[in-house]
Amino acid sequence: MCRLAAITASQYFSPMENIHALETMKEGHDGSGMGLMLKDLGGFAETLKDYPVLSGICSNAGLKALDEFMARQGFREIHMWNPETRPVTGITKRDCYFAKFYDYPTAHKESPWENKEALLLRTRLALRAMGEADESIVVFSFYPDVLTLKEVGDPLALGEFFGLENGKDGLKARIILAQGRQNTNYAINLYACHPFFIQGFGSMTNGENTAFVPIRQYLMSRGVPGYIGYQSDSEVFTHILHYTVRELGFPVTYYKDVITPLKNEETGARPDAEALRLIRQSLRMLVIDGPNCIIGFLPDGTCFAVQDSKKLRPGAVGGVPGKYAIMSEECGLDRAVPDRDKSLDIFPMKYDLVTVPAGAMEVKVWNQLKGQTKTIS
Amino acid sequence: MEPVKRPDKNHQLTLKEFPYIIRWRDDRCTRCGRCTAVCPVKAVVPGVRVERVVSSEGTTPTPKVTRRVTSVVRQVNDINRYCTGCAMCQLVCPNEAIEPEWNPAHKFLHFKNAGGDAYKRGGRRNDPGLSTLDMLKFTRISMLTDPALDAGRHEFHLRTYLGRILPPKDLPLVAEGGMLAVDKNADIFVPPVRQIYPIMIGSMSVGALSPAMWEGLAMGVAYLNEEMGLPVVMATGEGGMPPRLLKSRFLKYFILQIASGYFGWDEIIRALPQMMEDPAAIEIKYGQGAKPGDGGLLMSYKVLKLIASIRGVPMFVDLSSPPTHQTKYSIEEAVAKMIISMSMAWGFRVPVYPKISGTKTAKAVLNNLARNPYAAGLSIDGEDGGTGAAYNVSMDKMGHPIAMNIRECYLDLVSQGKQNELPLIAAGGVGKKGNLAANAAALIMLGASVVSVGKYLMQATAGCLGDEMNRCNLCNTGRCPRGITTQDPKLYRRLDSSKVAERLVDVFKAADTELKKIFAPMGRSTELPIGMSDGLAAGDKAIADALGISYVC
Repeated sequence: MCRLAAITASQYFSPMENIHALETMKEGHDGSGMGLMLKDLGGFAETLKDYPVLSGICSNAGLKALDEFMARQGFREIHMWNPETRPVTGITKRDCYFAKFYDYPTAHKESPWENKEALLLRTRLALRAMGEADESIVVFSFYPDVLTLKEVGDPLALGEFFGLENGKDGLKARIILAQGRQNTNYAINLYACHPFFIQGFGSMTNGENTAFVPIRQYLMSRGVPGYIGYQSDSEVFTHILHYTVRELGFPVTYYKDVITPLKNEETGARPDAEALRLIRQSLRMLVIDGPNCIIGFLPDGTCFAVQDSKKLRPGAVGGVPGKYAIMSEECGLDRAVPDRDKSLDIFPMKYDLVTVPAGAMEVKVWNQLKGQTKTIS
Repeated sequence: MEPVKRPDKNHQLTLKEFPYIIRWRDDRCTRCGRCTAVCPVKAVVPGVRVERVVSSEGTTPTPKVTRRVTSVVRQVNDINRYCTGCAMCQLVCPNEAIEPEWNPAHKFLHFKNAGGDAYKRGGRRNDPGLSTLDMLKFTRISMLTDPALDAGRHEFHLRTYLGRILPPKDLPLVAEGGMLAVDKNADIFVPPVRQIYPIMIGSMSVGALSPAMWEGLAMGVAYLNEEMGLPVVMATGEGGMPPRLLKSRFLKYFILQIASGYFGWDEIIRALPQMMEDPAAIEIKYGQGAKPGDGGLLMSYKVLKLIASIRGVPMFVDLSSPPTHQTKYSIEEAVAKMIISMSMAWGFRVPVYPKISGTKTAKAVLNNLARNPYAAGLSIDGEDGGTGAAYNVSMDKMGHPIAMNIRECYLDLVSQGKQNELPLIAAGGVGKKGNLAANAAALIMLGASVVSVGKYLMQATAGCLGDEMNRCNLCNTGRCPRGITTQDPKLYRRLDSSKVAERLVDVFKAADTELKKIFAPMGRSTELPIGMSDGLAAGDKAIADALGISYVC
């Protein structure tokens, strides 16, 4: 079972905080991968928030092809960040880890945001396709104010490998998701590394997805660009979130109603029972059984945690106004926010959707059975 | 003794040509006559024979020959009275003196066409081999990486939908204040959808079944729904249903079938104003897996008063349903019209779906229905389905296995993104070897939303004697020795409808447990594992490849 460490704060912080939290949960990851996804970037990137960031890994040849492709598309590179890698036992260095900040092609500079988002997605998918066969280009995200870093190895060792401990120019953000991967189902593949991202939605999970095949088939047959890949059975959770909130325009609480719907006899207390019935029928192919806890963020910076319908995997939320952590284990909370009031910790249960709005000043627990929200701050 | 020059009496058959040979034991027989009385085809008859008895009395051998006439039980060698192997004789014999024995060397089909009458029978395809469904196994067992569920402890939601399901983007929903509401003013037709148990009872008509059998099933269905909380629905088959039931609150558990003879529909339409519930659905029968291309026939001797009144016809006339709907000439407009007409009759509150026999052309039908927003599903009945009466050649040699048909249709819907819009109902051979839940689960994982079963229920709930060795299969004759498919009160009095209902409940309760036992280790409980083909495997490479599942050995 993988380990999850998400932190959302009002101040910028280093991803090492997430990595140290993962370290406390070490027995749950086997070095088959770590993913870091940073949103609301600080440090050197604080002034570059409007520019899309292309995050990935390339061979030297792949980097050349990538640069040529981006130039042909009209993207102008305005900044490139590379981690200052150092040799660490057990980690095989690849040619180039990068986060490239681009300005939009001239023709798209004044385009509506939706068009720009579509362009970024198209471009990422094209790059992915270019490098997929020989793994010369691996791209994780291409979106403003979001940076992704993934590699195979132990989280703490990777933190050292990437030089994330290092100093003033280091990476910082207000929202960081980190996952230490325990490889179970599939071959080790960078695209199988959580967190997954699409158009502002990012998520990771600590479990499995027993109904992966029909869910994947359903998503892939929606005609939505970007619903591809699925080297990990957990990638569908990100795409279900995207489909529910962005494609269907449902409020985010309905993500819970889609993946773990109430039974008909349980909807009595919900004023939207009739809508729930239609949703359950229409989206039954997206119902999950888990077992898992899904932790992620939305485009507006809200972080969330949600459990499978039987609460078969752990998950814990706690913190202080200004800094909240969402972890798969409580020891991760203790490491990330040691000075919190532990009595206020939340352990999301099967009907709960826990959200922490951007700014991390409060936690909201939405109860699916009652359709009500309780705010804790 | 017969003269040697003409030993065969002009084609007299030996018993070796017959599929079952009666083994009768003189020493055990008490001559009670029960076997000859019960035999539905009069294949065994009382007879006499002369016996030569040599006896000796006294202290020295003094053989004495006497001749005596003794009564015996004899099998006749009339092809029209062939022993069907039903074993009713064995059942009633108080002294284990008689039983039919399967004769693998028989030449029955060489002769069962006397007078030019092609062999007709009831029952199922005579194929005792394993069906594809029985060759599938569930191989993805969750253990440590993705914990299995506990069939005894965890909640399971074994329900499915019958009815056209709108894709999410077409739902009439509006978001207001962080909540979704159904927009009542939206000009969107939301088709009726029933939440039902994933195994339904397939079409068996009131005329084909005896009153006791039909009543037993109906009672069992009501009990399952109202006492057990299992929303099992039952299809009526052609010919309507008793008017009292049409006007009862129980109608919601029944799917009314309209077939090419339109029997019973006068009464159904007349009852419409008095209906207090809508039926579960309307099934338009275009084909039947057991006899593709063949119509229905209810023999005149089955058309007694009740059947005649339900079907709106005179008593004692043959009721023939043509192989095709005579008024329908194309799926593009005629079938669509029929679906609309049926929908209109109930104000578009009832799902209407067609049933076809398994066929290579199923995908063509499917694609047409996928484009018809009023089509509520597609029922495909595979070659292993059963019937009350058909030509032997239709039953044995015509048709298409259900597994491949369902798989191809499901994947076709997937390619269109409509896998959750048009439910597929799979039938034909479910439970053929007694594995009701396993067969149903396999079909669901191949892509079926609903699984329909009939023949298995006759066997399991009423002790139908038929099997794939052509045993009994007398459904067409009205002489069903179990009282299941007969209108003869003397025969159907043998059947206790309460017991049928009780057995039906037993069957569904057990199947429910078994389905959970299959789904739990695969980690599926909140929804049915429709299309979860990665959990399936076959030990035959060709089957695995054809179905797109794993091959294991």
